[in-house]
Amino acid sequence: MTAYLVRRLIGAVGVVFGVATLTFVMVFMMPGDAARMYAGPRAPEATVQRIREIWGLDQPLPVQYVRYIGRALQGDLGNSTRDNRPVLTVVVERLPATIQLALAGLFVELIIGVPLGILAALRPGSWVDQLATVISLIGISIPSFALGLVALYVFGFLIPIFPLGGYGTPLHLVLPALTLGIGGTAFYARVLRNNLLEVMGEDFIRTANAKGLSARAVLLRHTLRNALLPTVTLAALDLALLLGGTVVIEAVFGWPGVGLQAFQAIRNQDTPLIMGTVLFASVSVVGINLLVDLLYAALDPRVRLGGGGRS
Amino acid sequence: MTVVLEKQKARRGFWAQLVRLPRAWVGGAMVGVMLFAAVFAPLVTPKDPLQQFMEGLSPTGTPLAPGGNFPLGTDHLGRDLLTRLVYGARVSLFISIAANLTAAVFGTVVGMFAGYYGGAVDTLLMRFTDILLAYPAVLLALGLGSVLRPSIPVIILILMVITWPILARLVRSQTLSMRERQFIESARAAGATGPYIIFRHILPHTLTVTVVYFTLNVASSVLIEAALSFLGVGVPLPTASWGNMILEGQSRYRIAPWMILFPTLAILVTTLGFNLLGDAIRDALDPRTSLRLK
Repeated sequence: MTAYLVRRLIGAVGVVFGVATLTFVMVFMMPGDAARMYAGPRAPEATVQRIREIWGLDQPLPVQYVRYIGRALQGDLGNSTRDNRPVLTVVVERLPATIQLALAGLFVELIIGVPLGILAALRPGSWVDQLATVISLIGISIPSFALGLVALYVFGFLIPIFPLGGYGTPLHLVLPALTLGIGGTAFYARVLRNNLLEVMGEDFIRTANAKGLSARAVLLRHTLRNALLPTVTLAALDLALLLGGTVVIEAVFGWPGVGLQAFQAIRNQDTPLIMGTVLFASVSVVGINLLVDLLYAALDPRVRLGGGGRS
Repeated sequence: MTVVLEKQKARRGFWAQLVRLPRAWVGGAMVGVMLFAAVFAPLVTPKDPLQQFMEGLSPTGTPLAPGGNFPLGTDHLGRDLLTRLVYGARVSLFISIAANLTAAVFGTVVGMFAGYYGGAVDTLLMRFTDILLAYPAVLLALGLGSVLRPSIPVIILILMVITWPILARLVRSQTLSMRERQFIESARAAGATGPYIIFRHILPHTLTVTVVYFTLNVASSVLIEAALSFLGVGVPLPTASWGNMILEGQSRYRIAPWMILFPTLAILVTTLGFNLLGDAIRDALDPRTSLRLK
């Protein structure tokens, strides 16, 4: 277990390092002059030059790179060019709203997806199964931001049940969470259905049936328990995906999370904030992936003894 | 001779399988309609997507609802929505298909070489794709979109960058399983070179993965392109793209819901079509294979 842990940890650190490097390259490629942008178009050249010196933009690229990595390691992702506050502080401030939305979206996915998957697996080929497939295809085909706007129009404007965007009460959460989650719902249904069908073909299920257990007991106690594990892994990985997917949803609903902020940062051409957000999100994804892998290894000895881990 | 016959049989088998699936027909029809509209846009609608019609706005200056001279209504500048939708299909489909074609070629070649040769090439590829895959796709696209000045070629590049790593990994794992097969070993024993084996023997077997991934991924590229345009780092205005149209409709959905409704439907029909078609192709090619990352 220790060897596996160490190997995965080293891998994760390598990826984080690579992500930071790639992000640096992107920042460097950014058109325009960040110092000039911050100082304003009418500022004297001397002021802009001074800002460049303070930010270290006058240094050769390798020096800038080493400094960037060094600072990033200490959690310093630079300052927002808009209000000069540290990027990390600004991102962390907005994080609770995004996590809340992502968790609510995940909840929507599971609460609809899991029953749908079970129903589909119990009668493969039936109309329930077909319906689950159709819903799943529509779910992954519809652009979430457009769905959000349509939802706002119908349930916020035509039939004013929910507020037209904003943040605060549980009512505010309903439409964004549904919009975010509905796409993934069907995905879970399909994955769970396939896992269930796979497990149903196993010997121990035949044994359970043969010894006279009720269909319900076989499903709940044996089949579902085994089919659910991959689904749980998926849920954790998906949470990372949802965190990225909240950008458009937050922009549509005016949800004051990290995503809305990234959206505003793009409008303001606030490079440090955009890149800080991207870096922060990617590191979170790597962290979540690592956690899931370790959890999986702890639960399933085959993973850590298998040698290669994930390919 | 027998080999040729078997190949023909397999090919006929694929088409025979495909036409039996209703999904293939429905998906194919949806994609076909959109492609037709995109390619023959001037035939579908005589109007200009950028022309602002005097009679395209109500006396109070609001967009016109669908009907009459403007079958799908007009937008806030009095432009014909149907025309913009049709020309938007051109932009969205061209971007998505171009991005996925380049990603398909690049991802397949890199994946085959990495899988076949292993070693440093393979390690390098895996680590590099690890990094790219660590970025949430939309965020990586956003980052690139804000760094590079958005234009159609740039968006194609962005979509290609976030598309190829997954395909390369799928092809790589397919190649890994092929490498030890007997016919590859015989080819090697007969003195065939690496590149020859890769393109002559491995490519035909990885093509399934590539084709299915391509079809399904065009759908997700259409979605990401729309999202990028919606967030303001996509196709620059005033060019009509579906994401742009939704962006322009966002602040006016209360007075002109059709401005977001029709582009949304256009995206839905396109992505659903590609998803249905991809799903059907996958089943027709091999009922057992399913696309799974890892």
